[in-house]
Amino acid sequence: MKTVFSRPASLKDVATHFCPGCQHGLIHRLVADAMDHFGVQQQTIGVASVGCSVFLYEYFDIDVVEAPHGRAPAVATGVKRARPESCVFTYQGDGDLAAIGTSEIIHAANRGENFTALFVNNTTYGMTGGQMAPTTLPGQRSLTSPEGRDVALDGYPMRMAEVIAALDGTAYSVRVAVNSPKNILAAGKAIKKAFEYQLENKGFAFVEVLSSCPTNWGMDALAANERVETEMIPYFNLGTFKERS
Amino acid sequence: MPSMKVVIDEARCKGCALCTLACPKKLIRMSEKLNRQGFLPAVFPEACNQDCTSCALCAQMCPDVAITVQKEEKGGAQ
Ligand SMILES: Cc1ncc(C[n+]2csc(CCOP(=O)(O)OP(=O)(O)O)c2C)c(N)n1
Ligand code: SF4
Ligand code: SF4
Ligand code: SF4
Repeated sequence: MKTVFSRPASLKDVATHFCPGCQHGLIHRLVADAMDHFGVQQQTIGVASVGCSVFLYEYFDIDVVEAPHGRAPAVATGVKRARPESCVFTYQGDGDLAAIGTSEIIHAANRGENFTALFVNNTTYGMTGGQMAPTTLPGQRSLTSPEGRDVALDGYPMRMAEVIAALDGTAYSVRVAVNSPKNILAAGKAIKKAFEYQLENKGFAFVEVLSSCPTNWGMDALAANERVETEMIPYFNLGTFKERS
Repeated sequence: MPSMKVVIDEARCKGCALCTLACPKKLIRMSEKLNRQGFLPAVFPEACNQDCTSCALCAQMCPDVAITVQKEEKGGAQ
């Protein structure tokens, strides 16, 4: 018998604190796969954000810097500029990247900083109990929009992959999902490509991953996974929005 | 006992059932017995070993990386 699937070496062999069915764990695995693929585990420095993915250093077998809420792109800028030989990535939720940290991500992309940003969009603030995020869908109920998001009052969900793609400094920007085997394979390829851009010094690479938050959506894992397909993908279209050669 | 193509780490499994959704052959079922974490874990029954194609889609889908997949080498030795 030959092993065809096992845990990547860059991912520590420990249990995670994530809720059942939460796709943060899957996205961690895809990021670890990319590090294994390029053989960069020893030279990679992750920059963690504030949110449910705050324990990056517990799960990845790499060096990790903890950034203040939303500031991961600023910290990653410093790390990469000080150590250009290293491979640097940020891993941020939508509350972190698209609300408190909007300025940092926009300017890092606009400066064309040569690191990889992973953006996990689960349409809510997971860690703090399900408040409305800039990515919360119209009509979506949350702790702070109990009647559903009202776009007249709260504005529209932000399509960050498109926003980032519009900046001249961005080399690569995509949106992927992990709700089916087919989408997971495409997500794995996109994440590898985003690392490849950095390793070839091609500039800023951004991957938005649509993810579920069964706990704060008040659904079981299967229903939450289905919601990604039926509600998220129609608004947050999957695709490649920038791919500079 | 033949060696199993799909091994699910019962202690790691959180019972989300996403792997059952991914398997094109519907070979994985959920246990009725709680694991140590208090979840009803996924089970790959021994009787399904023969039908399993080792495609690893179940493992790809698992958020907790609780599944390992093996494939028979050419020649069919087990
Ligand atoms: C400066 C600051 N403001 C607010 C908080 C509280 N806080 C912790 S996590 C979080 C939001 C996390 O949501 P998101 O980025 O979407 O990640 P998720 O938990 O959904 O993965 C907030 C507002 C904080 N820790 N620091
Ligand atoms: S609260 Fe949501 S994002 Fe956080 S671990 Fe649970 S399911 Fe995942
Ligand atoms: S390896 Fe493929 S066929 Fe076998 S249980 Fe997993 S998904 Fe099903
Ligand atoms: S996907 Fe993983 S955690 Fe979920 S039930 Fe299957 S083996 Fe368990």
